[in-house]
Amino acid sequence: MITEENINVGIKEEEFILNMGPQHPSTHGVLRLVCSIKGEIVKNIEPHCGYIHRGIEKMTEKLTYPQIVHLTDRLDYLSALINNEAYCLCVEKALEIEVSDRIKYIRTIMSELTRIASHQLWWCSFGMDLGGLTCFFYGLRDREKILDIFEETCGSRLIISYNTPGGLMADIHPNFQKKVKEFIKYFRKTLPEYDQLLTGNVIMQERCKGVGYISKEDAISYGVTGPSGRGSCFSCDVRKKEPYSAYKFVNFNEVLRCEGDTFARYMVRMDEMRESMNIIEQLIDNIPEGPYAEKMKGVIKLPEGEYYQRVEAARGEFGVYIVSKGEKNPYRVKFRSPNFSNLSALNTMAKNQKIADLIAIGGSLDYVIPDIDR
Amino acid sequence: MGLIKYISGIFKGVWSLLQGMAVTSSYFVRPWTIVTQQYPENRKGNKRGRSKKKLEMFERFRGELVMPHSENNEHKCSACGICEMNCPNGTIEVISKMEVNEEGKKKRALDKYVYHLGMCTFCGLCVKACPSGAICFSQNFEHAVFNRAKLNKILNNEGSKLLKGVE
Amino acid sequence: MEFSIYDFTSFTKSLDKLLNENMSSFWATSIEMLLIGVGILAFYALVGLFLVYAERKVCAFIQNRVGPNRVGPYGIIQTIADLFKLLMKELIPIKNADKLLFNIAPFIVIIASFLAIAAIPFAKGLHAIDFNIGIFYVIAVSSMGVIGVLLAGWSSNNKYSLIGAMRSGAQIVSYELSVGLSLITMVIFAGSMQFSVIVEAQRDGWFLFRGHIPAIIAFVVYLIACTAETNRGPFDLAEAESELTAGYHVEYSGIKFAFFFLAEYMNMFIVASIAATVFLGGWMPLHVGGFSGFNHVMDFIPPFFWYIGKTFFIIFIMMLFKWTFPRLRIDQLLTLEWKYLLPINLVNVVLMALIVLNGWHF
Repeated sequence: MITEENINVGIKEEEFILNMGPQHPSTHGVLRLVCSIKGEIVKNIEPHCGYIHRGIEKMTEKLTYPQIVHLTDRLDYLSALINNEAYCLCVEKALEIEVSDRIKYIRTIMSELTRIASHQLWWCSFGMDLGGLTCFFYGLRDREKILDIFEETCGSRLIISYNTPGGLMADIHPNFQKKVKEFIKYFRKTLPEYDQLLTGNVIMQERCKGVGYISKEDAISYGVTGPSGRGSCFSCDVRKKEPYSAYKFVNFNEVLRCEGDTFARYMVRMDEMRESMNIIEQLIDNIPEGPYAEKMKGVIKLPEGEYYQRVEAARGEFGVYIVSKGEKNPYRVKFRSPNFSNLSALNTMAKNQKIADLIAIGGSLDYVIPDIDR
Repeated sequence: MGLIKYISGIFKGVWSLLQGMAVTSSYFVRPWTIVTQQYPENRKGNKRGRSKKKLEMFERFRGELVMPHSENNEHKCSACGICEMNCPNGTIEVISKMEVNEEGKKKRALDKYVYHLGMCTFCGLCVKACPSGAICFSQNFEHAVFNRAKLNKILNNEGSKLLKGVE
Repeated sequence: MEFSIYDFTSFTKSLDKLLNENMSSFWATSIEMLLIGVGILAFYALVGLFLVYAERKVCAFIQNRVGPNRVGPYGIIQTIADLFKLLMKELIPIKNADKLLFNIAPFIVIIASFLAIAAIPFAKGLHAIDFNIGIFYVIAVSSMGVIGVLLAGWSSNNKYSLIGAMRSGAQIVSYELSVGLSLITMVIFAGSMQFSVIVEAQRDGWFLFRGHIPAIIAFVVYLIACTAETNRGPFDLAEAESELTAGYHVEYSGIKFAFFFLAEYMNMFIVASIAATVFLGGWMPLHVGGFSGFNHVMDFIPPFFWYIGKTFFIIFIMMLFKWTFPRLRIDQLLTLEWKYLLPINLVNVVLMALIVLNGWHF
């Protein structure tokens, strides 16, 4: 029975509970943050997940290995191609297949394009979270060019399903290399505009510098990876640590910043876009000849055992863990999603900051809710 | 020193704000940088000068599963059901019938190729798996219909036959 | 009855005479009040609708978009269609809301902006009422709007709207100071609070140029402060759609929401027209002392268009602010006011007084 005392269980005196979400413009999806606030100051945040839980990990147990690929798109839909790649690499690892260099090169270029597209969308929504609505349209305008490249080669824009175990769905389109080069030329010109509009802006810097601090130790213990972790000096780039696909063929820097605040995370992402363009430029002209897909058996059966593969997705370390009993379906699949661990650090970051800071911190963590809930 | 820092802070801040305003106002005075596509108009191309570019989907775009037919109303589907097995969502139902061909042998033939568009995730596994290339994706993306039942389509034409030479 | 687009004084005088000849002075005054009321109301609605359209178009062009372009040519009728939509929408009653205050709040907001428009000179002689304390009246009346915002936020019984209202209260109370002080700087320069006198004093040059450094500082400060006072642009903390969804008017629907919406745009129009009147000469054409030929050409453009042009120029700047800058945080907002604008303003008042005393102006 609900009585006056029952309702207030767990609520301390003078606590003002503000429910952000599940429908809130700045949570970027159906995330619910229960904030206890005091005036404008956030005292405690309790994230409630599960509003978009679809049971993807359970669904995989009923599907065959090639069929699972299309579900990995639907985790972090902004880095769909990287998730595809992670899963396919894991299956290939289990089957002990070495794919051709052409496949590796194309996969790497596609992953980096996805990373740029994802960071562009992050930039739009971060600007919009801070209240600068124009950023949103500039970012989306440029992202559209990458999506066109994807559409021409892969046949789809967001939920791509381009990788398959053992290769790719299709070879690259004849226009692919030309269009990617055009895009890089264009984006090298427009990226300074982003800086001019938002990075240099005194209001934005005031809003971001020194806000949402997380130390290196905390970042490691919470498992904050990706650009968010690298903003706190946590060197966690899987592309450097365990090079997969074609990353061992390219020179690039791991972007690291040690301030650990929102601005550091912002700058890491901005620099990563430049770094991604460098990687693509090194690869795009040297795609070797070869098959775009290795010969695979009609029915893929993984040998009995446990397999794990991690990659660097746009938001952090994405891992795929497959347990196989030697059948055509996996026994269990677990996805290690970066956003879930990143979100767990939100309370540490946003405690004793203002409500507006919570929004900025959330924007700098760049969470994608379907990836948290899976 | 504090005063100098205070005043220089003001000027630096104002300068950074002016930089941002330069970007936005430069786009304001350049209307030809507008990227909006005028959707329903640009299907037909240049109409009343509203839309610059005709809407054209890329040839690989996965819009909707179709089964191409030749002029003689022949398709390539031998009703083997590999696409049905490969589909992760049960989108495809291949209903076959037994037919007697000219040589007098009983053979499996396609009766109905049912495609549930509402369930399709456009992953492309069916097209990739099809051994005879009987199905492909069209570029049509306007799937909206008034009735859910209309999303269940039968892809083979009425009275269509298997193309000769396809096993 | 003589009518001239350059000078409305004789027109209004003859109208007054005509009415007084035909009826008692009580009825004459009543009819005049009614005429002015209807006139201002029509003007108010028209300008409000146009500003909504203008804002949409301006922000669309800034953002590489086309903006409304479906209803009517270039989407001109879009805002009228939206108005009808809002008129026909259901007014959702809020459970546990303070019904009286909830219903009164939008009217307070809109009446405050409605009152302020009465004192603004649109052209020579086109002036509802010419107070000798015109500026004082406008500042006093326009700050009434915050009561409506506070009531709306509090009575909605919603946490977001309550936070929005509290923010709005803190914001407007502090930015009133800057608006007042920067206008006082110009009052010192003009030597009068009466709008007609201020405009007449700018016959040979606008105050922005004649008052040089302190006038320009006052102008910039006024622009910033009035943007904050209208809850717009980088200072829209009370609404802050990414933080508080819609802030103080989150629970309003239909025409009550439209009142808030319209009042926001009209407040923008009012502060812009005060800026145009005090700093840029109001309806006075651009005159440069000594160039009588040039001044004569400028006089050909009717004063009303000068006034509208200047006002819309300032409105455009405010729109550019809104569509460029990210939002400030509440403590930064107050820091900006109390640590930057207020000290600068106080120094500026002294500077202006010195300049006026010594006659160092043009």
